[in-house]
Amino acid sequence: MIELAGLTKRYGDKVAVDRLTFAVRPGIVTGFLGPNGAGKSTTMRMILGLDHPTAGDVRIDGRHYAQLTDPLTYIGALLDAKAVHGGRSAYNHLLCLAQSNGIPKRRVAEVLDTVGLTAVARKKAKGFSLGMGQRLGIAGALLGDPRILMFDEPVNGLDPEGIHWIRNLMKSLAAQGRTVFVSSHLMSEMALTADHLVVIGQGRLLADTSMPDFIRENSRSYVRISSPQRERLLDVLHEAGITVVEAGGGVLEVDGGKAEQIGELAARHGIVLHELSPQQASLEEAFMQLTAESVEYHAHADPGAAAREWGTGWKGA
Amino acid sequence: MSTQQPPMPQAPAAPDWQAAPGGAYPGYTSPIPVVRTHLGHALASEWTKIKSVRSTMWTLGVFVVLVLGIGMMAAALVKAHSGSESLSGQTPLQLGFFGLLLGSMCIITLGVLTTASEYGTGMVRTTMTACPSRLRVLTAKAIVFFVVAFVVALAASGFVAMVQTSMLDGVGGAKTPSGGDWLKATLGISLYIALLGLFSLLIGSIIRHSAGAITIMIGAVLAPLVIALFMATQSLNKVREWLLEYSIPSQMSVFYDNSLSSSGPTGWDPLWIMLGLAAAAFAGACALLQQRDV
Repeated sequence: MIELAGLTKRYGDKVAVDRLTFAVRPGIVTGFLGPNGAGKSTTMRMILGLDHPTAGDVRIDGRHYAQLTDPLTYIGALLDAKAVHGGRSAYNHLLCLAQSNGIPKRRVAEVLDTVGLTAVARKKAKGFSLGMGQRLGIAGALLGDPRILMFDEPVNGLDPEGIHWIRNLMKSLAAQGRTVFVSSHLMSEMALTADHLVVIGQGRLLADTSMPDFIRENSRSYVRISSPQRERLLDVLHEAGITVVEAGGGVLEVDGGKAEQIGELAARHGIVLHELSPQQASLEEAFMQLTAESVEYHAHADPGAAAREWGTGWKGA
Repeated sequence: MSTQQPPMPQAPAAPDWQAAPGGAYPGYTSPIPVVRTHLGHALASEWTKIKSVRSTMWTLGVFVVLVLGIGMMAAALVKAHSGSESLSGQTPLQLGFFGLLLGSMCIITLGVLTTASEYGTGMVRTTMTACPSRLRVLTAKAIVFFVVAFVVALAASGFVAMVQTSMLDGVGGAKTPSGGDWLKATLGISLYIALLGLFSLLIGSIIRHSAGAITIMIGAVLAPLVIALFMATQSLNKVREWLLEYSIPSQMSVFYDNSLSSSGPTGWDPLWIMLGLAAAAFAGACALLQQRDV
């Protein structure tokens, strides 16, 4: 369990993390979502005691990170894949980490095997591809067989097979009862792995909900209808008090999940339907909508600047 | 997995700090035994680090080549061209000075790299995550580096001193070195060079930039002597003298009793001066390390 209470980090005038309060629970994958520059990495660095918070508190199983005497067996973290000395071999990199926490040497070979780097264990990390570097970082996080795992953008640079692997890895780690906290700027990626979502924008907490709740609250659901008897259908729907939007190409859209009601109405009036499909706006859109609200909130001071800044953040992603 | 999924309240309750650690936090329990780590673990880790990078082999390799090569070349030259008085009153040991002076640059470089390279590569974040006690990390680095530098310097200076004395025994009226001379030219100079390297390691930790810290250290070794050479005016004589006496090369030469001037540090003084400098740098580096973000 990771618990944040009013965690704040300021760099001069700039607030990178703004009074974050939430808890990351064991047994599930918690996604930590936000656009680039939202403060995800800063938050993770503060959890690990690397950066000092300006205010607030963060605890791991009730203790400060600095109080952990063998931290790698409590919490394993992948911060950035390149946090490795390029001249050192993968084996020696993991060995020095294991030694600093009194972890048995055999674990080094075990985690190398888990991440599939056994064949290049004696090669220098300098020559590793981004994906291999990411796997080495994950090996380091798994080294102490910790109860809490934290991954900062783990799928970066991984090939499809690697992405599939890390998804399953995270799910199986959570299923073993571990706390899994994973950051991403890709909503679609989170939708496939996370059970719970923490969304931040410009350092502020925007949402802390379960994945299904998040989808329900933030995405628009509607029904797509097309019919050769379009005019009659419009009349019938109008009579029933259902608002219809013309979506172009002869397709009608009705807000909300009213597919059954519409189907029954059409049947009762003998109207032929070619399409009647419940739709859900994509999670990507839901996420954009949520973070856009935080932009609007900030926009009062200088709408133009905030919008520009936000735009560049997204392009940078 | 669904059975393990705890209820998720919309707004999380305020974290319960009072909860007893361990028991109140359910979840996975690892079969790996829990170890209370101490400085010994950090030392083992730093030892693995220092021996697993090529820069260690390069800097120490060049150091040994410089000390042995220049030392033996100097001895051979003196032997070949010596008159009857060319070494009168001096011991052959002092020929080791030139090799060790140049070699000290290698030790400085290794010292800086031991700390600063972790900042360059980002490794420092991994290191500090594995060992949250930053002072333990710095202490372990300092001890491992100091021992490595000292042992290598002692072996190289000891070997070259033995070769030189055997080559130049009685040549050119050379004096037979006393026990004290031997001690200073091997143990003394090795401790001094290891401390100079340790000082560089701490500067590396303060500056956090390899090239910057190496430049500063090489400047600190060479600049006072070079500046002193240009201070030819009468009014600056005092400053000039001080720079000459306390510059690092002349302090090193004190171990061989051939200081550039007659006043200034003598005997084992340079060692105590460098020890003081290193202690001050250690205190500064510790304070900054605690205060700064990694």
